[in-house]
Amino acid sequence: MLAAWLVYLILRPALTWVFTQAEWQVIVTNFRLFMRGQYPDEAVWRLWVGIYFLALVMGMSWGVWGQAARTFAALFGAAALLFVLLPFSLNARLNWVGVLITLVAAMLLARNRAALKPWVILGWVILLPLTIVLTAGAAWLPFLSPVAPRLWGGLLLTLMLTIIGNTLALPLGILLALGRRSSLPAIKSFCIGYIELWRGVPLVTVLFMAQIMLPLFLPAEIRVDPVVRVIIGLTLFEAAYQAENVRGGLQAMPRGQFEAAYALGLNGVLTMLFIILPQALRLVIPALLNSFISLFKDTTLVAIVGLFDLLLIGKTTLAQPDFLGKYREVYAFLFVVYWAFSMMFSYASQRLEKTLGVGTR
Amino acid sequence: MAAPAAPSLLRTAIPLWRDLRVLRVFSQVVFVVVVVLVGARLYANMRANLERQGLVTGYDFLGNPASFDIGERLIPYAASDTYGRAFLVGVLNTVMVSIIGIALATVAGVVMGVARLSPNWLIRQIAAAYVLLIRNTPLLLQLFFWYFGVVIQLPKVKQSIALLGSLFLNQRGLYLPWPVPTETFDGWKPYLMAALIASFALWLALNLIQKRLDRPLPAWWGLGYLLVPAGIAALGWALAPNAPLAVDFPVLKGLNFKGGLRVTPELFALLTGLVIYTGAFIAEVVRAGIQAVSKSQTEAARALGLKPMQILRLVIFPQALRVIIPPLTSQYLNLAKNSTLAVAIGYPDLYSVSGTIFNQTGKAVEVVTIIMGSYLVVSLTTSLLMNIYNKRMALVER
Repeated sequence: MLAAWLVYLILRPALTWVFTQAEWQVIVTNFRLFMRGQYPDEAVWRLWVGIYFLALVMGMSWGVWGQAARTFAALFGAAALLFVLLPFSLNARLNWVGVLITLVAAMLLARNRAALKPWVILGWVILLPLTIVLTAGAAWLPFLSPVAPRLWGGLLLTLMLTIIGNTLALPLGILLALGRRSSLPAIKSFCIGYIELWRGVPLVTVLFMAQIMLPLFLPAEIRVDPVVRVIIGLTLFEAAYQAENVRGGLQAMPRGQFEAAYALGLNGVLTMLFIILPQALRLVIPALLNSFISLFKDTTLVAIVGLFDLLLIGKTTLAQPDFLGKYREVYAFLFVVYWAFSMMFSYASQRLEKTLGVGTR
Repeated sequence: MAAPAAPSLLRTAIPLWRDLRVLRVFSQVVFVVVVVLVGARLYANMRANLERQGLVTGYDFLGNPASFDIGERLIPYAASDTYGRAFLVGVLNTVMVSIIGIALATVAGVVMGVARLSPNWLIRQIAAAYVLLIRNTPLLLQLFFWYFGVVIQLPKVKQSIALLGSLFLNQRGLYLPWPVPTETFDGWKPYLMAALIASFALWLALNLIQKRLDRPLPAWWGLGYLLVPAGIAALGWALAPNAPLAVDFPVLKGLNFKGGLRVTPELFALLTGLVIYTGAFIAEVVRAGIQAVSKSQTEAARALGLKPMQILRLVIFPQALRVIIPPLTSQYLNLAKNSTLAVAIGYPDLYSVSGTIFNQTGKAVEVVTIIMGSYLVVSLTTSLLMNIYNKRMALVER
């Protein structure tokens, strides 16, 4: 009873505040800043192309695989619907309606057409490179004038850092994990040293090192964008953690798998590539996704080295003369955004775990 | 007579590129050469760049005067002291934050972890909501919230919030009553030393007796560790003409509080953020540990007539500890590493002090080496200590 009273005491003023007292104008006015920082207005259509492409691939996966991909598509659709309903610019809301339509249309189109599977997989593979090319542009591409990564900001930067950092770190992590399990002393000790070194130092110092030392290590004529430096730092750091995750999976493989592969005449490389790694990686999907989520949260640290991610944008809006002292609104908004993304990722990872039957066989 | 086939097979030497022994050595040599070449290239680049910028490498600058002030320190420090001493101040601040943070986060985590398994539905839900909210938002955001959203917004000195009568919370920090030594403190010191030595002697003696007896001593003998030194210290206290320690209460005098211990807003926000964040992770570790103890243990303990608290203390925790310790170690290490975020709210920890030194001297390589070296020492020491503790706990097995 006492506990119930306490909950009531806390919840009531909180809800009253959210719906009647809070002045959300600070968020509405700065919404563009929160979403994409200084990213130029005339290039925003490229981000939309990326989102539409994501909707297309996701809808097709839903259609082709059904159950397994449905959760992800549903979460994506729910997020899109939320954006349609929130009071933001008409243009953005119309676009989200378009995204929703694309998602559903792609699902209907691809339903029960297993022949499309290779194309969908190809779509997922080119999704990230395509999005990066669209976002960054290049001088030699028509319509895509280059946008320096240091102009990326807000949620766009946060998501880019998380996804690119993780994607690059995984292959490196797999190599390190294999190296750590190797019987060759030189390779083994190098990998152990690398992993323990990076796991022993805080991420802030890694980012500091990436910002300050990386330019020192490169020839003087090469200039690296601050965002790219941070991505390199995040990748090297994350690879050490991913390596330990993968090693867990490798250690869980029974000896019989190796012996059976040898008996079939496969050599070491083929055994690893076709027998051990596919099984081991499947086992560690939950751990890999956990690392993904913690990297998502850790990208906030780039604010310390001066990159305008979602958090730092939030902090700077508080310095705008119109919105001085709107701490509660801005922090509440940031908490909700980070929390919603983390929860979405972890819910998706739980579903994936169930669908793949990890641990149940 | 059928023999010739076999020797001829043996005589054909395995070609070098398929001989496993050669391959093993060869591949390692190639690997080492590549690593060394890449390393040498990077090092040469670094030398060239530093030379171009006219920077000299070396640690001589540590002896130069730092000429910046550090707000919080555990050892005397002035702006005229050396960079080396400034580093030391930062290291000590980091160590202090880590130790206090680890102690408080453990308490918070154990309480919340047990609460998550409480039979009371609401307590369980509150603990679950705490874990769900805290674990899924970034620590830096929480620190900003605590510092800019809460601590800075606290009332002014005149309107301080009074807690428990003698704790005061205001914009300038948290004021606590604190014991300070009086003039008789020096006379009391020998008693404290004696108490320490007695405690150690008792430990040796009890160990010896236990070995002779070959059976465990009654558990209450363990109280001796506490009672004997406490008795000696109390004796010294009673013999002194007046109390060697006096509690200094914070009192509002004029525009500010005087006396007591002041916890600065930065330290207060940093500790609050770290403890609440790490506490949520420790709560999950503790919950998993407790759930790993099989249910029949609880039932057996209940059948023996133990009370709920006794079951938790005597049966569940000792067994759960073995599962808890390894992940707990990594949470402790995370807390120590996360204390670097102090720089974001202006608390002078090692990283923050190093940043200032780098800005003044431009000694990138040296400063980064010192920071990384210090954290590696802290990380490796913590994990070594926890490994020793882990081994001791694991030995209790049959």
